Amino acid sequence: MNLSRRSTAAAALAGAAAFALIASGCSSSTETPEAGGDITLTVATFNDFGYTDEMFAQYEAENPGVTIVHNRAATSNDARDNFFTKLGAGSGLADVEAVEVDWFAEMMQYSDRLADLSDPELADRWVQWKTDAATDADGRLVAYGTDIGPEAVCYRSDLFAAAGLPTDRDEVASLLEGDWDRYFEVGQEYVDASGAAWFDSAGATYQGMINQVEFAYEEADGTVIATENPEVEAIYTDVLNASSTLSAHLGQWSDDWFAGLANGAFATMLCPGWMLGVISGNAPDVTGWDVANVFPGGGGNWGGSYLTVPAQGANIEAATKLAAWLTAPEQQMSAFAAAGTFPSQVEAYESAELQAATNEYFNNAPVGQILIDRSNAIGVAPFKSVKYFPINDALQRALTRVDVDGTDTIESSWELFVADVNAL
Amino acid sequence: MTTTDTGRSAPRTEAGQSAPATQSAPDTGLSAPIKKKERSVRRIAVSQTLSRWDVKVSPYLYISPFFILFAITGLFPLLYTAWVSVHEWNLIGGQGDFVGFDNFAFVLSNPPFWIALRNTFSIFLISAVPQIALALFIAAVLDRNIRAKTFWRMGVLLPYVVAPVAVTLIFSNMFGDQYGLVNNLLGQIGIDPIGWHSDVLASHFAIATMVNFRWTGYTALILLAAMQAIPRDYYEAAMIDGAGIVRQFFSITIPQLRPTLIFVIVTSTIGGLQIFDEPRLYDQTGQGGASSQWMTITIYLYNLGWGQLNFGRAAAVAWLLFLIIIIVGLLNVAITRSIAKAS
Repeated sequence: MNLSRRSTAAAALAGAAAFALIASGCSSSTETPEAGGDITLTVATFNDFGYTDEMFAQYEAENPGVTIVHNRAATSNDARDNFFTKLGAGSGLADVEAVEVDWFAEMMQYSDRLADLSDPELADRWVQWKTDAATDADGRLVAYGTDIGPEAVCYRSDLFAAAGLPTDRDEVASLLEGDWDRYFEVGQEYVDASGAAWFDSAGATYQGMINQVEFAYEEADGTVIATENPEVEAIYTDVLNASSTLSAHLGQWSDDWFAGLANGAFATMLCPGWMLGVISGNAPDVTGWDVANVFPGGGGNWGGSYLTVPAQGANIEAATKLAAWLTAPEQQMSAFAAAGTFPSQVEAYESAELQAATNEYFNNAPVGQILIDRSNAIGVAPFKSVKYFPINDALQRALTRVDVDGTDTIESSWELFVADVNAL
Repeated sequence: MTTTDTGRSAPRTEAGQSAPATQSAPDTGLSAPIKKKERSVRRIAVSQTLSRWDVKVSPYLYISPFFILFAITGLFPLLYTAWVSVHEWNLIGGQGDFVGFDNFAFVLSNPPFWIALRNTFSIFLISAVPQIALALFIAAVLDRNIRAKTFWRMGVLLPYVVAPVAVTLIFSNMFGDQYGLVNNLLGQIGIDPIGWHSDVLASHFAIATMVNFRWTGYTALILLAAMQAIPRDYYEAAMIDGAGIVRQFFSITIPQLRPTLIFVIVTSTIGGLQIFDEPRLYDQTGQGGASSQWMTITIYLYNLGWGQLNFGRAAAVAWLLFLIIIIVGLLNVAITRSIAKAS
């Protein structure tokens, strides 16, 4: 669960930012006194969707009579708790609610409680697998895609140089080209040469690997196969075997992990688009971070979100219009500029702006083009059904027990995982 | 004039000479007092019953808002939780089949519940015991004649004002396993880093530290208030008898504080067994650790309810927690009674 979270900064920062946003939301609503017929639309997101106050102000200017209040939860987990509680209660949700891809399947069970957003004009806006996932059994489109998380590899060029590895991002890409064994092999070279760790945690690396498996925890009919699936156990064992020498043993999103980003505790990490902002935000003084156009085992998608319009809302039509506007390519491009959330909109990939986008922090890496390439390399969309979220959560804990806490062996931790899954 | 006269004299002259000034006037004058009398008798009776009711009923009426409020916000949820706990219940789907005590059976046969119970009691004990001891000490010092009393008294309350989220953020940062301040300092004096997030007891200790940081001052102020109510004569007499400060503390202050101590112990028991904020915010996932090192009963409840959306089981845990608190509360009462008898 940890790993799916698009955490942007330490919780303190996120909390402060959320607070500031709520405060600014309040002030904007007082500035625009409500007259008859005017409506207030609430938008609930989490972490950082890249939706700026300027964007909302622009929409308000273009649509007189609409006031937008933006509430931002600190984490995807908080948003999930809030979403399901109020969906069950039948009231209290925002007019536009953001939903994360990992608990998307849980939500799809109750797709009848969401408004049908199908619109022939928007049919081709998103990459196909993004739209497919948001279409329910009755053919209703219940969510508009915002971003996706095509993965690349981020690395510390200064640490690479010290260990005698190439530092140029193209050379690094060809060095790491191949499957996961190749990634671990190069890692071993690095560890032998430097004595430091290769990647941040087994959990994060596992997430990259499992996202390449179509049916990992559940079959298409929802049958749970997590504990019997040899593929899952093989990835679990592989990553833990590798991590005994290669991992920095930092639990992802922990305080130690954030500190490790800045003090060079590890040389590489798997990098979905939104991770770039996490790195630059938490290690502002490090100059060595770079990003290579490569991903072990082909492409992979990690995370990404949707906007939904709950059917319980009072202004469904206006809310749908706003959600469509927010997920339009132009707005998604400004969100990418603000927070690095990579668009799921086909049209955006053709925009010269995205293709030319570079990131100063990552030594001016052409992040736009790299992420477009990584997005095109995504071959498999993992099937995530109802129990995906809790099972993945249990597996992450199993990895943490061995990799970070060191309280269990690979075998004993797996047994606990099996017990956890059986108790669901 | 006449009417007032008759009015005044009527009661007095009623039996004897009634002035026959006019036929009708005395009649009314006569009949009026009688009627008045009857009425006033009735009135007295009514007001008597009213006042009897007043004495009997009013106090209940005056305290009833609390109980009405309690019935709505306390008793009803309690009973409704019991209803939920014997059903299959999904957060969104709502009520399912009646399953009897299956939810309880599931929870009681599930190892995480027992781990959570162990953690809860462990964190409770290593937070409550030092906290009350420390609070007693602080209160005793504040009770002495020191300069700038109010400053110090407000000072000990300050941590209580800080939001628990902020406290937890700072402390969990301090207790980082690899880059935390505490392990850094320990390293300076040559002690191996402690696994604040991997070791069970260490994590409990870290969480207890946060709890104590927040609550010690609060408890100290309650004890201080009670200490101030102890008559100073006792101390003077003790001083004349040659008792030192320590002897005074144990022979006068502690016995005099007994009722307040009982109050503090009972409230901290309830609070301690329901502990949630600190362990939930101790790491990023809020699930109580990868091997449930610091998962308390309330976190287990939360994970069942909001994590797995299974309200039936969560309600069963809630009721088990309720029963545990009652048992521990009764135990507390029994122990304090025996202490009271012994003295």
